[in-house]
Amino acid sequence: MWQAFRNEVHTRGLEIVTVGMDTLGAESCRPFIEAANAEHPSLIDINHVMAERFGVINIPNGIWIDEEGIIVRPAEPAPVPGGKTPPPSAPPVGLPQRMTDILTEASKIVTDRDSYSEALYDWIEHGSKSKFALSPEEVIARSGNRDTSTAEASAHFSLAQHLWNAGHRDAAIGHFRETHRLQPDNFSYKRQAWSLMAPPEAGPFARFIQGPMEGQESDWPFEGDWVTDVRAMGAENYYPSFKE
Amino acid sequence: MILQSLSISRTEFETATGWQLKPEGACHGEICVPLPSEVSADIARGIVDVSVVAERLGMPIVHDAEMGLWALGPASMSGRALATAVAPELELPDIDGNMFQLSSLRGKKVVIVSWAPY
Repeated sequence: MWQAFRNEVHTRGLEIVTVGMDTLGAESCRPFIEAANAEHPSLIDINHVMAERFGVINIPNGIWIDEEGIIVRPAEPAPVPGGKTPPPSAPPVGLPQRMTDILTEASKIVTDRDSYSEALYDWIEHGSKSKFALSPEEVIARSGNRDTSTAEASAHFSLAQHLWNAGHRDAAIGHFRETHRLQPDNFSYKRQAWSLMAPPEAGPFARFIQGPMEGQESDWPFEGDWVTDVRAMGAENYYPSFKE
Repeated sequence: MILQSLSISRTEFETATGWQLKPEGACHGEICVPLPSEVSADIARGIVDVSVVAERLGMPIVHDAEMGLWALGPASMSGRALATAVAPELELPDIDGNMFQLSSLRGKKVVIVSWAPY
């Protein structure tokens, strides 16, 4: 949780703003925000405005902005400083096969927690003199591709989330599919759509399953699913590595 | 952003896109894209012809005819997700619906952390 890190650094001139990107809105984020006892602004983004404004394509993700309102590091993977990465372990026995597959792939995901944390403390201490605070040219260059297709993907996502919340689920799924086709590397657009298909019988982790349960494959309305896509890219490539 | 019409108010356009509509054009940070004079005249009266401004900024407009809706995508004319390093305004609600503006934190370092409950 970012609150512990915020407690440590906020007297040194840094504020954390968390943005929960979820089409289902405040109520799905509330339990997590309340459990964190967050004192920093904790915002809700049903339309993934973070993708449009800042190029956020996966989560968790961090963007650094200096005292003058200039972005000094664009969207990149952001492991919580001081957090713990659990050691790899075999999934518990007796889970549905898809859950076992998810946990197996998830255990291979690599985060650069130490490098990211070190960079963040360096910026807090040295500000614009920190080697991790990038020039405006470098910030723009690293901010991710935005061609016509990528921009159109965002427009389809807007329609998808709007129609989903208005109860037009089939129409929404059509626009989610277009979103995924136009911007296949936007993993939060995919995770969002897949998570909305959560099988109620799967309990509290239903939204993490993000794929068809056994025997329901023909009902799955998307080209990919979490396990299939992560296997295709290689779990070790799920997050790009931290770059000075 | 979702549009019910291709003619919207200037405030609505600016809040939804982060671009400011000024006499010199559509601006964000150090970038200003000139607009045709008839469009600027409408903007001065508070009305935006979205299709013209969108075309200049490389913002796609997607139409869902069956639902009677349009959606406006983000600017693509620079080819990068960020056209400038100047942070755009970000206005979002908290869980109780209170609106928060990123610009209210000017003077502090800020880390925006995106996450999701899925």
